[in-house]
Amino acid sequence: MRPWRSIAAWWTNFRASPREVRKERCIGGALMLTALSAISGLALITAFIFKEGVPIITKVGLGDFILSSNWYPLEGEFGILPMIAGSIAVTLGAMVIGVVFGLACAVLLTQFVRPGIVAIMKPSIELLAGIPSVVYGFIGVVILVPFIRDYLGGPGLSVLAASVVLGVMVLPTVTSISIDALQAVPRSFREGSIALGATEWQTTHGVVLKAARSGIVAAVILGMGRAVGETMAVIMVAGNTIDIPHSLLDPVRTLTSNIALEMGYSAGDHRKALFATGVVLFVIIMILNTIALTVSRRRAGKAQSR
Amino acid sequence: MLKWLVAVIILVAAIVGLSVGLGGGKGAAVSVVGSTSIQPFAEMLAQEFEKSHPGQYVEVQGGGSTAGIQAAANDIAEIGMCSRALKVEECGLFTPVVIAQDGLAVVVHPSNKVDGVSLEQVRKIFAGDLVNWRQVGGEDRPIRLITREEGSGTREAFTKLVMHKARISRKALTQESNGAVKELVKHDPCAVGYMSLGLVQGELKSLAVDGVPPTTAAVTSGQYPLVRPFLFVTTGPPSERAQAFIDYVLSPEAQALLEKEGLVRAK
Amino acid sequence: MRIPPRLTQQIAVTGMWILAAGTLGILVFIIAYVLANGLPHVTWGFLTESPQSMGRAGGILPMIVGTAWVTGLAVLIAGPIGVATAIYLTEYTREGRMTSIIRFGADCLAGIPSIIFGLFGFVFFAITLGMGLSVLSGALTLALMVLPTIIRTSEEAIRAVPRSYRDVSYGLGSTRWQMVTRVVLRSALPGIGTGIVLSIGRSISETAALMLTAGSALGLPHTIFDSSRTLALHFYIMSREGISMPNAFATASVLIIAILAINLAAYWLMQRFVAKVA
Repeated sequence: MRPWRSIAAWWTNFRASPREVRKERCIGGALMLTALSAISGLALITAFIFKEGVPIITKVGLGDFILSSNWYPLEGEFGILPMIAGSIAVTLGAMVIGVVFGLACAVLLTQFVRPGIVAIMKPSIELLAGIPSVVYGFIGVVILVPFIRDYLGGPGLSVLAASVVLGVMVLPTVTSISIDALQAVPRSFREGSIALGATEWQTTHGVVLKAARSGIVAAVILGMGRAVGETMAVIMVAGNTIDIPHSLLDPVRTLTSNIALEMGYSAGDHRKALFATGVVLFVIIMILNTIALTVSRRRAGKAQSR
Repeated sequence: MLKWLVAVIILVAAIVGLSVGLGGGKGAAVSVVGSTSIQPFAEMLAQEFEKSHPGQYVEVQGGGSTAGIQAAANDIAEIGMCSRALKVEECGLFTPVVIAQDGLAVVVHPSNKVDGVSLEQVRKIFAGDLVNWRQVGGEDRPIRLITREEGSGTREAFTKLVMHKARISRKALTQESNGAVKELVKHDPCAVGYMSLGLVQGELKSLAVDGVPPTTAAVTSGQYPLVRPFLFVTTGPPSERAQAFIDYVLSPEAQALLEKEGLVRAK
Repeated sequence: MRIPPRLTQQIAVTGMWILAAGTLGILVFIIAYVLANGLPHVTWGFLTESPQSMGRAGGILPMIVGTAWVTGLAVLIAGPIGVATAIYLTEYTREGRMTSIIRFGADCLAGIPSIIFGLFGFVFFAITLGMGLSVLSGALTLALMVLPTIIRTSEEAIRAVPRSYRDVSYGLGSTRWQMVTRVVLRSALPGIGTGIVLSIGRSISETAALMLTAGSALGLPHTIFDSSRTLALHFYIMSREGISMPNAFATASVLIIAILAINLAAYWLMQRFVAKVA
């Protein structure tokens, strides 16, 4: 009966303490309970998504579910391989654009320009993150898609269109986290390198980028998470074909658009299969999150040991 | 500060508590949920209904035929909208009311030279067996298929009326509403799609099927082969306010409005 | 041949400038394109009327009201919870297992895609708790989505309040709670405000999660149990279905202007906060 005794002891202690202290303890307890709401929310989300989605995965078999490319939900065939391939293709394409542009902006802003210009450019890039995804999708449909259809061929709705739109959308994420990582590099690193006669660019790519590497990796992975998870813009520009894409100009369907397209229209096993698609998406995101968290935590650890 | 914080927390707790307590407490409106094909017509009727019946509100939502049926079954909505015939297993659970008939138009870009196809050709086109417009008497252009998503009433009606056992090609682009199909076909000279006849409104070319052009008259007379019902479904007898809306929709004035929008009267 | 390091630097910097200019160019283009096509159609009537025939004519009043309700309610729910969490993390506990669990929760929540929030909100709030597709379901879902932002910004703001403020407060004999509410929160308020304003921005832009939880009814919501279409979703439906391009552009202009104003407000609050604490 040890826990019981310790609770009793705590209670006696609590009763004996002065009123002010008791009040403080109550406030502390209430705050702690409130603080647990984020993690409880996460737990609820996990529980409900899995509860709705897992039964159909076990029914179909995990292997068949993620390795079959037959998605005929009304006939009981649930294979999401094309959507997984689509998500991967679109995300990789987006990362090429997002990383090249995002990193260039981050390096430029932290290493090469005056604070006055930074004060204008940084909020502008952050503003890109604030523009609603439907607006990106719309611009993609009215400008990018016809351009691809007329000059590059294919239906226009394509891996390429989705990659470009998503690339611009993840750019602010990559930029702002990379900026944090680059700014965390101690000044002395940079000064030492310059003192040794290196140019600023040699310093940047030889010393600063190397020192900030793990932070930049975290930025890229979080950007990937954004790209995998984006929904509305992708539905508008990707074409949503249930076929594994063979070229950049082929249309694709991603995991997210599979859910959003068919969710409203689904019932029974079909709906469960969409939740199961959500489970797969959720697992991918959690893996990416965990990698990003570990990488940036390791960086924090390293920074402290310096 | 403290008082302010406490007040807000109490307010929030009250709201959450209230909502959970009421458990599905509905708002003031009759909710009508379902097919995106019927949605625009229902929106219009709802507005007219609210004008002529002050104090009564109708809330129309999209989501799709299956969602509409589900919503009616789960009491999320009072009326479900369904743009296809009920399936055998659904018949026992719901009371359907046919509010109108709608033709399914096979639509192409206005510049397309093809005027008509046979039902067989439509099937082959959508199954992916015919891949060039030349094969059906048009120009030498690839055929780009545009379909609706799985679960859509329009897709199910199309599959039932046209495809029979064949499957729609997996290379088909998928869009989630009539409007989205229309937008895509309007801008792509190679495209072919299918959509509610009432929503084509002259911006696209609708192909004749088996020699019958899709006109309201041909739909009414039953000559045009691709016709489906627009249904309102309820579970059991509808509530008084829901019945009022259904009655309004079946009234001659509402039916005339629907006819003006390109649908065909419920018989 | 070796390229001299100075030249390499020039090439690299020029390249980066081109990419950065491209990025800003995209931003300016999007804003200009939307406003140029949409602003002429934004009239007083457009902002204060209800839509007619699916939005082909009429205005967007119900969507403005719906957006305000959903967003306001979401922030009203997430704000106090987020700030309380930040207070707990910074003032009421030491770094340990508890804080790392809470931070893990917030970090993971921040990374979850909105469509997953939508699925969750749909089964949990709309179906399991029986709220249906409604302003309330949407707001609760959004509250979960913006919670990590509010926690993080509030935490940073509270941490930025100088140690000495706290010491003085203790020195004057106040309890921890008095110190927190009267000294720390007061100084951190603009910083916390930044987080809240940014959450409002995120709520206004959100589409996927609200489509599955708040629904898409066109009319004015009469209670929080009614479904309501937000501006972003209205824009999506209008442009997607090609109902009326001028009205779609006008809706997008209203959205973009709201986002610009919100970002400016956040920026201004941040400047004030930095000036206050430093």
